[in-house]
Amino acid sequence: MVEEIIIAGFGGQGVMIMGQLLSYAGMHEGKNVSWIPSYGPEMRGGTANCSVVISDEQIGSPIVAEPTTAIVMNRPSLDRFEPAVRPGGLLIYNSSLIDRAPERTDIRVIAVPANELALELGSDKVANMVVLGAYLKATGAVSEQAVRDCLSEVLPARRRELIPLNVKALARGAGLVS
Amino acid sequence: MAGRKLFKGNEAVAEAAVRAGCRYFFGYPITPQNEIPEYMSRRLPEVGGAFVQAESEVAAINMVYGAAGTGARVMTSSSSPGISLKQEGISYIAGADLPCLIVNMVRGGPGLGGIAPAQSDYFQATRGGGHGDYHLIVYAPASVQEMVDLTLGAYDVAERYRMPVMILGDGVLGQMMEPVSFPDQMAPDRPAPEWATRGARDGRTPRLINSIYLKPEELYKHNLDMAERFEKASANEVRYEEVLADDAELLLVAYGTTSRVCRAAIEKLRERGIKAGLFRPITVSPFPYDALSKRAKSAKAVLTVEMSMGQLVDDVKIAVAGAAPVHFFGTTGGVIPKASDIAEYAAGIVGEEVR
Repeated sequence: MVEEIIIAGFGGQGVMIMGQLLSYAGMHEGKNVSWIPSYGPEMRGGTANCSVVISDEQIGSPIVAEPTTAIVMNRPSLDRFEPAVRPGGLLIYNSSLIDRAPERTDIRVIAVPANELALELGSDKVANMVVLGAYLKATGAVSEQAVRDCLSEVLPARRRELIPLNVKALARGAGLVS
Repeated sequence: MAGRKLFKGNEAVAEAAVRAGCRYFFGYPITPQNEIPEYMSRRLPEVGGAFVQAESEVAAINMVYGAAGTGARVMTSSSSPGISLKQEGISYIAGADLPCLIVNMVRGGPGLGGIAPAQSDYFQATRGGGHGDYHLIVYAPASVQEMVDLTLGAYDVAERYRMPVMILGDGVLGQMMEPVSFPDQMAPDRPAPEWATRGARDGRTPRLINSIYLKPEELYKHNLDMAERFEKASANEVRYEEVLADDAELLLVAYGTTSRVCRAAIEKLRERGIKAGLFRPITVSPFPYDALSKRAKSAKAVLTVEMSMGQLVDDVKIAVAGAAPVHFFGTTGGVIPKASDIAEYAAGIVGEEVR
């Protein structure tokens, strides 16, 4: 199993932390993992992305050019990464914020109204976790339990009280995927 | 593996230096290596060391010079433009026979260039960089764990040959997170070296550390002595890795991040029935000339891949010495080559020369 994932969105949407959670969870499951952020002058409001590789084998290149999965949280990221997804791959997009449907027909597409669902749970800050939950259910790349176990490692101390909400958000996203 | 943690390359190299005995860090901020000084500013006070953010790169490297003279394990880090500023000091440190650790997380150049990963400082790193006849020992890790492992041994090597050691990374290696494990033990405290200048209050003969030799014969002798030590390092410290090289008709040569992309390209080529392999220098100075020379004899063609306009390829040509044609594929300015592009280019070579 090799999952090569690109996660992209506005700075502040939590795309880096989604990637780090996947990486920690993969590592705890005994897999090889790598995580690379885009590190341009991105700040809140700009577009940021990270690449994650999760593999049972030694990871050759940690650089992801043709992802098996692209997770896009905003419109510029959809425009940029939809064409890059490997044929037969997966595209998950945040339909709360993206005003067009993807055009590719040779990949699996999952729409997640992430901000709406997160707001229903109490805070749209966990929109990223809703999307991550959908990804985990769709691919089984790592278990939802492993991600839950890593929340306390990845979230800064001041955000620990939000762990139960994050756990709910993961489950809500998973529930979207059959 | 017990105790595996996810670490950014920059933080990992800093922690490894501390475990290797580094107690003093002098630096000045520059992307993409800022997590190194940030980490050191937090970590060094915990182990009784000191972190100084200097007023400039020039000041920082001269602080390294001074502190290294006391025999302490000392470090600085920067990225390309900052390393250029440090070259005068590096030349003085090399000329004064002092060990130290320098990390360069290379970014695109020349000039201010960009902040994205590059390998265009290869000449600067492997040919000395500053003025005068000297060499550094330069390691080019390809993963976060390898960067840790090489850094753990860096001070021992620097002290054995009394010359600075450089870790030549790039923006990817600095920013990437991978699982790493560190040794549980810190490097043991060691007595001050017999050349260290720590004050002669106990009545011993004063020692002097500098790099000035006004008599040509003496400077000549000093240069010969430095060259001899580098020759010893060339005999003992050269490291490289080969992947699927035994039956390779097309031998790719690459270091650092690019070597990782080449591994993926080789997989693609093998799937197409093309016998491709990889030769990866881990020390780029001293360069594994002999090993590459031997390996190239069994290949029909050699392809150098690097994130520059062609610098490593010079060393590859020296090693291969005409035994096989040496091709070049480069991207620069912060662009990382794609595995599929490398494979495509390589397949073209095979069409011409291997079949």
